[in-house]
Amino acid sequence: MNHLPQAWGRPRDDVYGPYDSSYLQSNQSHGPTQHTQSPVVTGTSVIALKFKDGVVIAADNLASYGSLARFTDVKRLRKFAGTSIVGFGGDVSDMQYLDRLLNSLDIEEAYSTAGHTLNAKNLHTFLSKVLYKRRTDFNPLWNQVLVAGLDDDSKPFLASADLLGTTFSAPSLATGFGAHLAQPLLRKVAGDEEAAAKLTKEQAIEAVKESMKVLFYRDARSLDKYSIAVITKDGIELKEDEKLENQSWAFADQIRGYGTQIN
Amino acid sequence: MAAMFSQNPLMNGPNYSFNQAPSTSSGGNKEHAFYPYTDNGGSTLAISGSDFTIIAGDTRSTSGYSINTRFQPKVFKIGGTTSAQDDATLVLSVVGFAADGEALKERLDTIVKMYRYQHGKPMSVKACAQRLSTILYGKRFFPYYVTAILGGLDEEGKGAIYSYDPVGSYEREQCRAAGAAASLIMPFLDNQVNFKNQYMPGSGVGHELQEREKIPLKINEVEDLVKDAFDSAVERHIEVGDGLQMFVITKSGIEVIYKALKKD
Repeated sequence: MNHLPQAWGRPRDDVYGPYDSSYLQSNQSHGPTQHTQSPVVTGTSVIALKFKDGVVIAADNLASYGSLARFTDVKRLRKFAGTSIVGFGGDVSDMQYLDRLLNSLDIEEAYSTAGHTLNAKNLHTFLSKVLYKRRTDFNPLWNQVLVAGLDDDSKPFLASADLLGTTFSAPSLATGFGAHLAQPLLRKVAGDEEAAAKLTKEQAIEAVKESMKVLFYRDARSLDKYSIAVITKDGIELKEDEKLENQSWAFADQIRGYGTQIN
Repeated sequence: MAAMFSQNPLMNGPNYSFNQAPSTSSGGNKEHAFYPYTDNGGSTLAISGSDFTIIAGDTRSTSGYSINTRFQPKVFKIGGTTSAQDDATLVLSVVGFAADGEALKERLDTIVKMYRYQHGKPMSVKACAQRLSTILYGKRFFPYYVTAILGGLDEEGKGAIYSYDPVGSYEREQCRAAGAAASLIMPFLDNQVNFKNQYMPGSGVGHELQEREKIPLKINEVEDLVKDAFDSAVERHIEVGDGLQMFVITKSGIEVIYKALKKD
């Protein structure tokens, strides 16, 4: 007789053999909780530029699955509280999670505070704290976001936050590929805050559209359908079904050094 | 023997088979692809004088070869009573991973403010310095990836600088350079602030050599030293540039001086 009371009433090892623990859920299905180690469905660049009374922000409507152009009608500029726009680069499912989070925050704020809505600066602080907390938990939200809108003094506000919780602000910003291709073009029209404060809305839109064109020419994970938004004191103009205009590869044969030219 | 009747069976000796380790679990751990740190470049510098302290930092923020922005301060006033921090007496500089720097600054600022509310007096640099060390060491096994420098005036009104490593080792010093260009600036400071390798002309050779007499530097001389140090660092380090912020702490308060640096 087994004198250990814990074993009473259980199948005897000497009769049935030891318990086959392979029936326990193993790592494959119900293993340890998994955290994102790399993004899956991704959006490419977001670009934005401040002007004298607002901000212009744009991103194309493509969500890629690696090199596959998987979803071609994804809106990566999201409205918040009718005051701000968040442009998302990086993982699309994390973008959708953050968008739900922001919508619930908006509803909560609308019910709890009287006559006050969160502006773009408040929103950026919130987002960067969420992102920093998640990186600290080793469970990052794989995005780089641009937040565009107005600050406490109703001045144009534009800032970035990424999956590590790194934040910064500048008169023009671009994520991903745009940081290399579009940012130099945008800095040419608005190198500092003073220059941005002199730009008109039309000039800013023109510069952003031109940058989107350059991105479509040279970023392989981009699309010629894009969203563009202009945020001013008067509200948000968001267009989500724009098409790139006046494209031309006429300049291509002028480029030397890559192709089969002789000289 | 009481353990025998416990709900938690003993793990040693004979036991029922449930406690056998799962035999099918695959060996080897999956490596984490996510690295929670980055380097945002930039450099800071602090020099203390007989009745003042200057803490300076450039305003460039980088990721790799890209410039994130030309204006992101890494020097902050700590513990004022308003959000503008006009009446603050302490200054903190953080260089390294900017997100950790921001989090550290926010934590220290909150603590120094709470200290003022609870004790009815501003925190001394000495107390704040010890507290900052404790905060950093509290994250010894997941550190704030920053090099911090804390500055102010001590109880006697003399300039005080405390420098830190990411896990909280700290020391009071005359001067300290930190960040990307620390190795370029620090030797310059040794020579120009502490007069290292400077000797009295004609005082002899070998052990006869007389060191140059150490005299406290004047505030405008230190300001010039800081500007020269950064102009030189900008020339030779790609992560340093765009702008220079100098926080000059005297008994009459903190003055912030901005100077443009080369943007290339």
